[in-house]
Amino acid sequence: MDMNEIKEIFFQECEEQLAELESGLLALNDGETDPETVNAVFRAVHSIKGGAGAFGLDDLVSFAHVFETTLDGVRSSQLEATPEVLKVMLRSADVLADLTAAAREGGSVDADRTSALSLELEALARGESLTSGTAAPDDAQHADETVQPQTDTPLPATSSAETEADLAANDAFEPIPFSFEDFADEETAPGVEAPSEAEAAAQPVTSDAGLFTIRFKPQSDLYAKGNETVLLFRELATLGTMTVECDASDLPPIDQLDPEAAYLAWTITLQTSASETDIRAVFEFAEWDCRLEITKGETATASDTEIEPTAETQASAETDQPMAPVPFDLTLLDGDGTDEDAAASAAVEGAPQAANDAPDPGAVATAEQPAPSLPIAEKAIQANAERQTAKPTTVAAAPQTIRVDLDRVDRLINLVGELVINQAMLAQSVVENETGGSAAINLGLDELQQLTREIQDSVMAIRAQPVKPVFQRMSRIVREIADMTGKTVRLVTEGENTEVDKTVIDKLAEPLTHMIRNAVDHGLETPEPRIANGKNGEGVLRLSAKHRSGRIVIEIADDGAGINRERVRRKAIENGLISEDSTLADEEIDNLIFHPGFSTAEKVSDISGRGVGMDVVKRSIQLLGGRISIQSTPGQGSVFTMSLPLTLAVLDGMVVSVADQTLVVPLTAIIETLQPEKSDVHSFGSSQRLIAIRDSFCPLVDVGQLLNFRAETADPVKGVALLVESEGGGQRALMVDAIQGQRQVVIKSLEANYSSVPGIAAATILGDGRVALILDVDSVVAASRGQSMRQETALAAAS
Amino acid sequence: MKKKVLTVDDSRTIRNMLLLTLNDAGFETVQAEDGVEGLEVLEESNPDVIVTDINMPRLDGFGFIEGVRQHDRYRAVPILVLTTESDAEKKNRARQAGATGWIVKPFDPTKLIAAIERVTA
Repeated sequence: MDMNEIKEIFFQECEEQLAELESGLLALNDGETDPETVNAVFRAVHSIKGGAGAFGLDDLVSFAHVFETTLDGVRSSQLEATPEVLKVMLRSADVLADLTAAAREGGSVDADRTSALSLELEALARGESLTSGTAAPDDAQHADETVQPQTDTPLPATSSAETEADLAANDAFEPIPFSFEDFADEETAPGVEAPSEAEAAAQPVTSDAGLFTIRFKPQSDLYAKGNETVLLFRELATLGTMTVECDASDLPPIDQLDPEAAYLAWTITLQTSASETDIRAVFEFAEWDCRLEITKGETATASDTEIEPTAETQASAETDQPMAPVPFDLTLLDGDGTDEDAAASAAVEGAPQAANDAPDPGAVATAEQPAPSLPIAEKAIQANAERQTAKPTTVAAAPQTIRVDLDRVDRLINLVGELVINQAMLAQSVVENETGGSAAINLGLDELQQLTREIQDSVMAIRAQPVKPVFQRMSRIVREIADMTGKTVRLVTEGENTEVDKTVIDKLAEPLTHMIRNAVDHGLETPEPRIANGKNGEGVLRLSAKHRSGRIVIEIADDGAGINRERVRRKAIENGLISEDSTLADEEIDNLIFHPGFSTAEKVSDISGRGVGMDVVKRSIQLLGGRISIQSTPGQGSVFTMSLPLTLAVLDGMVVSVADQTLVVPLTAIIETLQPEKSDVHSFGSSQRLIAIRDSFCPLVDVGQLLNFRAETADPVKGVALLVESEGGGQRALMVDAIQGQRQVVIKSLEANYSSVPGIAAATILGDGRVALILDVDSVVAASRGQSMRQETALAAAS
Repeated sequence: MKKKVLTVDDSRTIRNMLLLTLNDAGFETVQAEDGVEGLEVLEESNPDVIVTDINMPRLDGFGFIEGVRQHDRYRAVPILVLTTESDAEKKNRARQAGATGWIVKPFDPTKLIAAIERVTA
């Protein structure tokens, strides 16, 4: 593991966070009110910011910061998540995604858009708290403070801004009431008195620069929070030479000693070249829970004398109020004079609760020591309890998952593929060697086959992923194109948890994007004509996924105007795709839009144009072993239906022989097989032959001839016809010599191992170890329609 | 003996960075993804020091720190908080919850190790 790998993990995580962000925002848009949704959205942006900071991705950090600030407003209910606010946030999520992608791939982003959106977000964070009028003044101030970009904020805790903020928070923190009545009789504890700023300022500037006197008295909280005085001193010692004096005068007799209380105080003289800031930095973690006085030079005695009369009250006050800043003590003393009793009783009045709660008023100070932390602990328990009771309602039990490198899964899948082939080869050689007589061997083989199949299914399931991430990406595309075209579109997704092999998902995004663009750009109308036609001004685009007979079916349905068949027809005639006088069924006209080089848009639009037509969409889906079809009703919209295999790794196929070659035909494409009778086959024209199937005629395609396996046309009566259906292309009867059997085959890419072959989708290895080609039914059917297969492939490749 | 650090952070990126940095610096590292898991891992790992994030699902850093501080055996374990810079309010809340110290993001290996060494013997 090195930083580059971690960076890659960061970007993967960003993708997840961005998906979470978007789905959270969309849920909020749909009226979700669960605070955990807002929290999750906030965390997503926060997490991206945190990681980006670690890699110095400043653009990403600053935008994420502004976004986070606005989200924080929503989280703290200062900003209401109205549809307008969410619209800005959804756009911000898009920009965040762009910035992430730019950071990952080194591209550039639209800086104007980013800064414009930053301003919008800032305005939301600010404007809302101003206009609402209900927000407390400090809320407004808070919002102002937090919208400042963080990148240039100095880090040291000693910066004045931070110290002020610390003090402010300190004041805001509820003081812990506590009685120090019992301390009244205690002996004076010299050396632990409070310093005052005024005093420190009044100290004469000594010439012995670099000599500091540090007085340090920890409170029990310092230890309770895991700090350790010896470690502080050890670090202090690294700054120079020092002497340490311990004041143990507070230490009670051993039988009264509370092991968790703080009794000791130290005076340290440090000779150093470091500054006071450096020294304070050592106490950075401890400064809240101790009395710390740092003075330049050896001036301890002066303040001792001055403070002497009040030292004992202060000593007790100091132990009792872990959070109290030094000036507070002085105010208290000034107000009540130096009279011990007055001071003590004033404190008691201020803290009746603690006094009443004290189990034994006569108890010695030591017994009281742990008390200060009690209210905190109670609060903590309470807060924790609240959190825990709230938890079950908001967090569903997430199944346990592990992350595995995809390469490992792929290797496993390949190995299982080899196992399947091996198992098939073993079965075949058993049959060939006639050792199949042994029942034990047959039983073993059967079990092996079953296990192999189960292993294969399980391995495939590892790669199965829900289509959700791809669907989520579509919502952005819909938003953007709707904005560009002035349409109002609502995207409804269904079945987004439908799972399909990761390789299919990866290849799904592109055609899906194009179809969604097409549906919004060409399918849906702008609000006015919609309303004029009695429809809702808001167009609805429905994207759904479901499993159907071992395939995944994805539908894109719009409620737009439907396909303008007259225009499609005219265009097709113009482009010479059909002749002027051809009569086409509605379905055939609709399918023309998948024809290479066809585009219904009068001019190539910026959105769905880009030189890519629906023919390329169709081609890319076919390459996935999928089919696409269209159903359109004028005035009511269109439905595009894609059907894809669940995996690209295995295929149920029919093994056939054609001219001494072995081919595999995907089972999903085959409707039925039949043995043609001589009377069924009819010649049509010079070379076309048709086969009569029940009451219809179907073109007969000689696969052997088409693939140039042989020059002569085979006699259909001697072979077998496979009735296949291709997407949009109707039915064809493929003629092959014989059927060898049905089997599941492992798909091996031809492109990766050899090169693309027209009419062939891929290859596989059969049980006898020979390579068999897998027929690309759609392209064979297309070729049989009289177009040159090569030409079509070339066209698809060119565009 | 190697010092054991428990890190609690929901970000895989940060977890990996912590792991890399801490292992390089010779620490033994155990990790958890949120406060709830953090408290569970705490029981079985007996760490010398804890480094925790604040914003986490299920149980956030404040709740986690409070949980550790209430624990009979582990309440004295130093806890360092990973905070975002300039977030004084969060830092103070973490201190009130019982944090020992803090490390400001962006993540800096040197600062992290220095902070850990500052709170462990």
